[in-house]
Amino acid sequence: MTSQHTGEMPAISYNFAYLDEQTKRMIRRAILKAIAIPGYQVPFAAREMPMPYGWGTGGVQVTAAVLGPDDVLKVIDQGADDTTNAVAIRGFFEKTAGVATTTATTEATLIQTRHRIPETKLSENQILVYQVPIPEPLRFLEPRETETRQLHALEEYGLMHVKLYEDIARHGHIATTYAYPVEVAGRYVMDPSPIPKFDNPKMDDCPALQLFGAGREKRIYAIPPYTTVRSLDFEDHPFKVQRFAKPCALCAATGVYLDEVILDDRGGRMFVCSDTDYCNARQAEGHRGEMAAPVSSSGGAVLPHPTPLPHGEREQGDAPSLTLTARGAPEGAGEGPFGAEIAS
Amino acid sequence: MQTQELARGFVDPVFAAQGVFRAAMWALSRPGRPQELATDLIPPAPLSPEAAALALALCDYETPVFLDAALAAERAVGDFLRFHTGAPIVAEPGQARFAFISNPLNMLEFSEFSQGIPEFPDASVTLILQVASFVDHGFTLEGPGIKGRLGFGAAPLPEHFAARMAANRTLFPRGIDLLLAGAGQVAGLPRSVAVKEG
Repeated sequence: MTSQHTGEMPAISYNFAYLDEQTKRMIRRAILKAIAIPGYQVPFAAREMPMPYGWGTGGVQVTAAVLGPDDVLKVIDQGADDTTNAVAIRGFFEKTAGVATTTATTEATLIQTRHRIPETKLSENQILVYQVPIPEPLRFLEPRETETRQLHALEEYGLMHVKLYEDIARHGHIATTYAYPVEVAGRYVMDPSPIPKFDNPKMDDCPALQLFGAGREKRIYAIPPYTTVRSLDFEDHPFKVQRFAKPCALCAATGVYLDEVILDDRGGRMFVCSDTDYCNARQAEGHRGEMAAPVSSSGGAVLPHPTPLPHGEREQGDAPSLTLTARGAPEGAGEGPFGAEIAS
Repeated sequence: MQTQELARGFVDPVFAAQGVFRAAMWALSRPGRPQELATDLIPPAPLSPEAAALALALCDYETPVFLDAALAAERAVGDFLRFHTGAPIVAEPGQARFAFISNPLNMLEFSEFSQGIPEFPDASVTLILQVASFVDHGFTLEGPGIKGRLGFGAAPLPEHFAARMAANRTLFPRGIDLLLAGAGQVAGLPRSVAVKEG
């Protein structure tokens, strides 16, 4: 059926950044209290958003309340600018707020993130908004909200230390690799959202303002700039981040968080930067990893970053050089993050 | 019956409120570093334009507001706030979520205001103090949001200010949060900040 005009419909328009002004005020008040009490989860009246829970409704509401017309927005999902969640949220704010967007970490004034902190060091004028699924770090140890609230009020975090100790008793090391609990400003134990523990040290003394929004759970919390954030550990089992045996296969970066990309059904795989902007910028500067396309004679041609898809699917028509070199990849090229960590 | 003209609110409510909120947000994120707060409001005296801008940006029917004696004495101030924000104006300071203090020199004790409870420390007041000027000395600040230490001062401030703030800090995570508004700027002193003389 073709769409015939049955009458003049007004164009759909939204208030700036979708939310109504009263909702924004309510969220803004929660943000101010969250900043004043670092790491404490402020309850707020989260609204239903035009996207399902689990797609970042908390982060979106925080971004909508903070966003101004002069902001430059960057949205990442597991470090990538071009995955579904990131593209959808970026499009949402382009449509409802008309703000400028970017993929460059250094150009952004506001970065909404799902489960990563950019590799590029953040600056004082930036705001990092995290999407949080379960804000309560004690939730899987104590399901009752009334009890966890008491535990926070009494600064009683023995449960969490028992949990980490049980990791050591069972595995010989602290096996928590993401959503690794932190203590903020020496008081509240906080869930940093499911970022890899690799990113935990970046939260400490960070010049940027960090805001956390959990939509379904209706909580907002914050870490002001230059705040002490300590990952919980024990004297004889100090906190350690994941290490990778090999550098990024595309940009040869070391000391960054790598994603595993399955290349075929014969064990071929590669490890590439999870932060696509960082990886692309390094390739543009001429850094080449072992599986990167050679620099073309015309110079400056940069391959699009192969974003890892769920279940290791690869898009057809990707750079053929990837497949070719994959076949020749040495057995066990690139240790898995966790295997490498145990070995270290 | 005498009628009087009501001072107008924000010309552009959406973007003005956003700008004022961002100034307050950075003020609390960077304690003791005054942030630009430009506003063209002309509220009834003795309510200052900066304090009025914060009220219009943050207050609504959910936030009971307390006014100090000088502000409460001026009926136009209450009318202005009631009309533009819809906030109930309360006489009991302990019920207020926002309190506007035009004369910090002889303001109430912090303990008269709501300081939250251990399970919900956020259920506390935000005090908005009208000040005339900011300087970078007088007090030393330390805490979240401050790299190292920072010199800070403002005038006028309540008597025994450092002692009051120290007492407020010992309540942490309970306590009150301060926004100092004046001279086209706003500075924040959240409960997390440690304030010392000198």
